Amino acid sequence: MYVAVKGGERAIDNAHAWLAEERRGDTSVPELSVAQIRAQMTLAVNRVMAEGSLYDPDLAALAIKQARGDLIEAIFLIRAYRTTLPRFGGSNPIDTEDMACDRRVSATFKDAPGGQVLGPTFDYTHRLLDFKLAADGDAGDVQVAEPQKTATPHIMSFLDREDLIQTEPAGKDVPDDLTRTPLELPASRALRLQSLTRGDEGFILGLAYSTQRGYARNHAFVAELRIGAVAVEMDIPELGFAIEIGEITVTECETVNQFQGSKTQPPQFTRGYGLVFGMTERKAISMALVDRALRWKELGEDCLGAPAQDEEFVLYHSDNIQATGFLEHIKLPHYVDFQSELELIRKLRREAQANIHQEAAE
Amino acid sequence: MQAQVLEGGFADPSIDAAYAFRAVMIAMARPGEIVTVAGAQPPAPLSAAAGVVVLTLCDPETPIHLAASHDTPQLRDWITFYTGAPFAEARHAMFAVGAWDDLPLADFRLGTAEYPDRSTTVIVERRNLSNDGAVLVGPGIKEKAALSLPETQAFKTNAKLFPLGLDFIFTCGERLAALPRTTRVT
Amino acid sequence: MSDYNFAYLDEQTKRMIRRAILKGLAIPGHQVPFASREMPMPYGWGTGGVQVSAAVLTPDDTFKVIDQGADDTTNAVSIRRFFQKTAGVAVTEATTEASVIQTRHRIPEQDLRADQILVYQVPIPEPLRFLEPSEVETRKMHALEEYGLMHVKLYEDISQHGDIATAYAYPVKVEGRYVMDPSPIPKFDNPKLEMAGIQLFGAGREQRIYAIPPYTQVVSLDFDDYPFLPTKADHACDLCGAQDSYLDELIVDDAGGRMFMCSDTDYCTTRRKAGHVGAQGVPYEKDAA
Repeated sequence: MYVAVKGGERAIDNAHAWLAEERRGDTSVPELSVAQIRAQMTLAVNRVMAEGSLYDPDLAALAIKQARGDLIEAIFLIRAYRTTLPRFGGSNPIDTEDMACDRRVSATFKDAPGGQVLGPTFDYTHRLLDFKLAADGDAGDVQVAEPQKTATPHIMSFLDREDLIQTEPAGKDVPDDLTRTPLELPASRALRLQSLTRGDEGFILGLAYSTQRGYARNHAFVAELRIGAVAVEMDIPELGFAIEIGEITVTECETVNQFQGSKTQPPQFTRGYGLVFGMTERKAISMALVDRALRWKELGEDCLGAPAQDEEFVLYHSDNIQATGFLEHIKLPHYVDFQSELELIRKLRREAQANIHQEAAE
Repeated sequence: MQAQVLEGGFADPSIDAAYAFRAVMIAMARPGEIVTVAGAQPPAPLSAAAGVVVLTLCDPETPIHLAASHDTPQLRDWITFYTGAPFAEARHAMFAVGAWDDLPLADFRLGTAEYPDRSTTVIVERRNLSNDGAVLVGPGIKEKAALSLPETQAFKTNAKLFPLGLDFIFTCGERLAALPRTTRVT
Repeated sequence: MSDYNFAYLDEQTKRMIRRAILKGLAIPGHQVPFASREMPMPYGWGTGGVQVSAAVLTPDDTFKVIDQGADDTTNAVSIRRFFQKTAGVAVTEATTEASVIQTRHRIPEQDLRADQILVYQVPIPEPLRFLEPSEVETRKMHALEEYGLMHVKLYEDISQHGDIATAYAYPVKVEGRYVMDPSPIPKFDNPKLEMAGIQLFGAGREQRIYAIPPYTQVVSLDFDDYPFLPTKADHACDLCGAQDSYLDELIVDDAGGRMFMCSDTDYCTTRRKAGHVGAQGVPYEKDAA
C-alpha cells in the first residue's frame, strides 16, 4: 500500500529556518554588521551595485549579508528590489572630466595634465598573505595630499585634438532603457553598453580575455583608467535648470584600439569604452574590450566569428541573474517531461530490438 | 487645467484596472462577447467604456490618436492627467479613439512581418452595441457569433492582412466588445 | 495584504504586460516581446507565468498553482503563497473551483470551462530555438512562415529512430499560421490545447508572451504516415485506477520496483474521494485518517 508524499509547505518553512541559522553561523562569533560590510568589503559592495544596477552601498551591503556572501545572490536581491522602485525621471549624463579622481592612470602617455595617480590599487602589492591582518587590521597613519582643484582632462581629448582618434559625437536621443524595453537586435551601442555594465564580471572578463588571445583581437591600449566621484544632476522642469542630486563613484576606462583607414580616409584609432558603478576596474577594462569587439560592423571590419563579436551571443548570455536562474532551474522537478522521454526511449528500444531480432531471423 | 478634468478616474487604480482588464481580455479572447466595465467617468464625448479602456491600457509609453469626433481640449486634458499618454498622428498611434466615420483606418499601423503585434488598437465609439448583424467566426468563437458592426468590408479587408492588421474594441456606454484581426466577418 | 501593490507588480508594468496579452490573443501563437521585470523569485522558477498571473488576477479570483500536475510540489506552494500574500486571492487545489490556474509542465486532466484561465510558465518560448540558436534568424523564419527546418528535424527523427523523437514541448501550429512551443508539457497533453478556456503563456527570462484564445485550432506537427500520437505510460494509476490520466513513475524499493500514479494530484484525489481505488491504493478515508 502506498501513501502519497506530501509536505511541500512544511519543507519550505524548515528550509528557510535552517538557512537563517546557517547565515548567522557560530553565535559565539559576533554578528557582522551591514556597516562593517559596507566599509570593509567595499569591492564586493561595488560589484553588487554595478551588476544590480542600483547605486546604494547600504542596500548592497545588506544584500551581501542576507546572501551569506554569495554575490550573485546579493545582486539578485538588489535587482528584485530595484524593479519595485518608482521612477521619477532620468539624470543628465555625468561628466567624468569633472571627476574627483582617486585613481587615474594612462598606459599611452608617460605623463599628462592631471598626472598619473595610482590611488588605492592592488597593482604593486606582493600577493603574500598578510598574517598580521588576521589579528590587527589597523592601517596606521596614511599621508593625505591636497586634492586637485582643477578638472582632469581626458587623455582621449588630446588624441581627438589631433584627429588621431575616431570622433564620437554626442547623441541627441535618450537611449532606450534595457530594463524597461525588451532587448531587440541589432542593439544600439547604448544598449550594448548598458548590457555590458550590468553583465557578469566573470563572463565579460572571459570574453575580453578571448579577444586578447586572438578571438577578434583589436589591440587595446588603456588610454586612461580613472576612478572617482562624479556629481549626478537632474533637470527639474519646475525650476527650469538642473540641480545636483547626489554623487556616485564610477570607474571609467577608455581604450585606444587598432586604427582604420582607406585611400580616401586617413587612418584613425578607434575606441572602446567601459563605465561601471563603484571601484570596479577589472570590469571596466573588460567592458571596454568587449565594447570594441562588438563594434566591428559599424567600423567596417570583418566578422571573424569570434564569440566577443557576436552581439546576440554576448548580450543574451552576459546577465548572471538570467543565467543562474535558468541554469539552476534544472534541479526543479521535471518528472513529467522526463517521464515522457522515458516512455519514448523504451518504445524506441523495443522497436529497434524487434527489428534486430527480425533481421537475425531472416 | 479645469477642475472637472481632475475627476472621473479610477477610485482604486490597481483594483479597478484589474477588473477592467479582465473584461477587456475576455472581450478580445471571445470576439463578439459584450462585457460591462466600470470605474471611469470621462468628459464627453468619450464613453465610460472607452474611458475605462484608456485608463487600463494607456500610459506615457503609448501614443494615442484622437479622431476628430473626440479631439476636444477637455478630453485631451483628462487623458493627459490620468495616463500621461502622448497624443499622436494616426500613423504613430498605438491606440486610437473615435467615431467610425472619423477614424483614418488606412493610416494606422498594421504591425510588421516580424512584429505583427506593433499595430494600432482602435477603440470605436458606437451608439448601439448588440449581438446581431454581422456573423463572426474565428479563434475565440465556438461556432459563430454576431455583433452589430458599423460595416463589414473594412473588417474583411483587415482579416485578409493576417498576421498583420488592426484590432478593434467597440464601446457603447459602459459596454464593450472586441474584434481582433483573426475574426472572419460575413 | 502587504506593502507592495496589488499582485506585487506596479501598475505601469501591469499595463505593459496587459497590452502584450491582448496582442497575443489577437495573433494566436505569435510571441509578443515584453519588458519582463526581475521578480523576487529566480528566472526559471516561473517568472513569466507569475508576471502574467499578476497582470490577470482580480481580487475575486480563486487561484490554483500546479507544478508537474501537483499542487503540493515546493515551487507550486511557493508561487501560491506569493499571490496569497500580495493579491489576497483565494486559493484552491480543486481544478473545478479555480478561475485562474498557473501551471508548469501540465494541463489539468479535467477539461477547463470557458470561465477558466490557464497560465503557463515557459522556459524557452521559441519552438525553433534548438534548431537555430539565433533569435534574429528565428524571428525571420516566423515572419516568412518558413518552418521547413522543423519538418526536416522531425523527418530526421523518423529516419534515425523510426519515430518522431520529441516527447514533450511537442511543436504545434496555431490557427494554420504560427508554429508554437506549448511549453514542456508531455505530448499527451497536446490535444487539450484546443479548449474552452483562455490560455496565456509567459516566458520571463526570454521576455515573451503568447496566447491561444478559446476554440482556436491547434495542430501537433506530424506526417501523414507518422501521425501524432499522444502517448502515456501503459498503466493505470496505482492509487485511483485511472486509465486515462498522465502518470508519474516512482521507484519504490531497492530492487527498482515501480509504481505509477496520476501526475494530476487533484484528479487523483477527486477520483479516490469518489471511491476509486487503484492496485496499490487505499480507500481515501483511510489515507486521510
